[in-house]
Amino acid sequence: MIMQPASTEITSRTAAIIQELKGLEGPLLPILHGIQEEFGHVPKDALPVIAEALNISRAEVHGVVSFYHDYRSHPAGRHVLKLCQAESCQSMGSDAIAAKLKQLLGIGFHETTRDGSVTLEPVYCLGLCACSPAAMLDGEVIGRLNDEKLDEIVAEVRS
Amino acid sequence: MIPRIYIPGDSGALALGAEKVAKAIASELAERGIEAKIVRNGSRGAYFLEPMVEVATANGRVAYGPVKPSDVKSLFDGGFLTGGHHKRWLGAPDKIPFLAKQTRLTFARCGVTDPLSLESYKKHGGLNGLTNALGLTPAAIVAQVTESGLRGRGGAGFPTGIKWKTVLDTSGDRKYIVCNADEGDSGTFADRMIMEGDPFVLIEGMTIAGIATGATKGFVYVRSEYPHAVAVMNKAVDVARKAGVLGASVMGSPYAFDMEIRVGAGAYVCGEETALLDSLEGKRGMVRAKPPLPAHKGLFGKPTVINNVISLASVPVIMDKGAAYYKDFGMGRSRGTIPIQIAGNVKYAGLFEAAFGMTLGEIVDEIGGGTATGRPVKAVQVGGPLGAYFPRTLFDTPFDYEAFAAKDGLIGHAGIVVFDDTADMLKQARFAMEFCAIESCGKCTPCRIGSTRGVETIDKLAAGIEPEKNLALVTDLCNTMKFGSLCALGGFTPYPVMSSITHFPDDFKPAPVRVAAE
Repeated sequence: MIMQPASTEITSRTAAIIQELKGLEGPLLPILHGIQEEFGHVPKDALPVIAEALNISRAEVHGVVSFYHDYRSHPAGRHVLKLCQAESCQSMGSDAIAAKLKQLLGIGFHETTRDGSVTLEPVYCLGLCACSPAAMLDGEVIGRLNDEKLDEIVAEVRS
Repeated sequence: MIPRIYIPGDSGALALGAEKVAKAIASELAERGIEAKIVRNGSRGAYFLEPMVEVATANGRVAYGPVKPSDVKSLFDGGFLTGGHHKRWLGAPDKIPFLAKQTRLTFARCGVTDPLSLESYKKHGGLNGLTNALGLTPAAIVAQVTESGLRGRGGAGFPTGIKWKTVLDTSGDRKYIVCNADEGDSGTFADRMIMEGDPFVLIEGMTIAGIATGATKGFVYVRSEYPHAVAVMNKAVDVARKAGVLGASVMGSPYAFDMEIRVGAGAYVCGEETALLDSLEGKRGMVRAKPPLPAHKGLFGKPTVINNVISLASVPVIMDKGAAYYKDFGMGRSRGTIPIQIAGNVKYAGLFEAAFGMTLGEIVDEIGGGTATGRPVKAVQVGGPLGAYFPRTLFDTPFDYEAFAAKDGLIGHAGIVVFDDTADMLKQARFAMEFCAIESCGKCTPCRIGSTRGVETIDKLAAGIEPEKNLALVTDLCNTMKFGSLCALGGFTPYPVMSSITHFPDDFKPAPVRVAAE
């Protein structure tokens, strides 16, 4: 179980991030990245704080957060595994890789295992098209996926 | 002299185990008490040889690859620090056929130099272009870029010089240079490679663009899927700033130019220039209607040059060696070189920079060596998810903007993805529609609704429901999307769909017929 910080704590930590980045031109995306980095997701309670500080409406902030695939409304698992599903990886069997991985982890895309160990997400290109099929585990890149590498990944996220 | 060992820090090499190799080499050096300098270079782009380790010897560089951590001990035993023989020995990197056949202008230093050493950059011709530009008037720089024939390498192929001239001629209290590094197309990785392997060339190109158009601030919008590129670019900007290449006085001149690296948030449509500008401003990445052009009213409503990474990274060599030198390469109206990214199910995958004009067949069969699986090539998608699928019968098409357009395709960002004969083109067409539905910004109806209806209709085709009627419907839908969408996402999704239908009609026949045909 991942503990959620209390809302006053979210407010103060959010305010600190905003303070640091507010001076940038077009600061909203950097602020949201900072918040997601801090909390692992963009908590609902952070939105009014951002809106107030940037003098925009809460609806506008919500509109931006919900537009981009990267921003999560809930915390992810301890590990995040992104599996490329774009054309180059398709040509090298990424469909079968995805099916195998879903079976090994017992979850589908956009889901987190019950023990909170890993979240599985599709991604449309990691720029590793010369070594397809590819994946990214917690920011580290993995190319030429095969059954052996999948087993290693699964063992790593479960350990 | 302390031996120098080059181990790529490029994402593609890392994905193939370069980090483990680097660690194994470092610990072997320590164990043997040998002093050596490890340089984390970029990749030269021959990914089938990565991780490719190089050593600097008295007779030049010697390459070994693909190196596994388990090879490291025997490499030392075989005297690889002096170029000794080993089963992974490849000899001089420049002589490796895949690399020797290329014309490296934009990628001249990528994989050769230390990406974060400005000294190394200068030693290999870096900053010559900027130095020359500083001696010219802005108009003269723009004229030279126009004369070179450089066209937008992001995909649209719009002449770079004309874009710059529009910004130069537009007055504004503030102007911007925006670099589109939202390289979302599957099969492309040239932007990533240059940012990780030679970041200063992009910084130099953007600085020249700033001087040429009167812009003082630059932004590089890098996609979040490229964390390594973001890290390298941030470090490189710091180095350039400390060295006075960026800042209030660019290399001691009266010009000011500085830049920031910004990270996207996983929206493919932000690769479209106006959606990118909205995203930079902190909004949803919605496509803007044109006019006004970004050159007139771009970022924050100010005159803005927005160019792809490779367009900007090609400017330094043009300013260094001259427009005529660059223009001399290529064919027709496609001048200079293009970094072709050979990807997917292909034996020799990697980046191949060459003058425009090679045929698709030469690229796939001769350079790429056919499929990785050894099966026959069925289709090649050129230009990313919005590019057409080409059958073998069109392999004589030369790599050139106009030649591809004439065959109802596009070269886009020059990524090509090879598929073997197990590919199901109906499935690929369905994916194109599905991808458009996932990534549509939602502003215009043909793209937002059309893509979803497209998926449904192709599903009906797959199920064998009224095939003739539904095929006609998909064709009609594609026509509406092509001519009715605001940007290339909805407008070009018909390319992969229609090319699949046109060139691979058997894959769209009703299920019973398809089974019988197999």
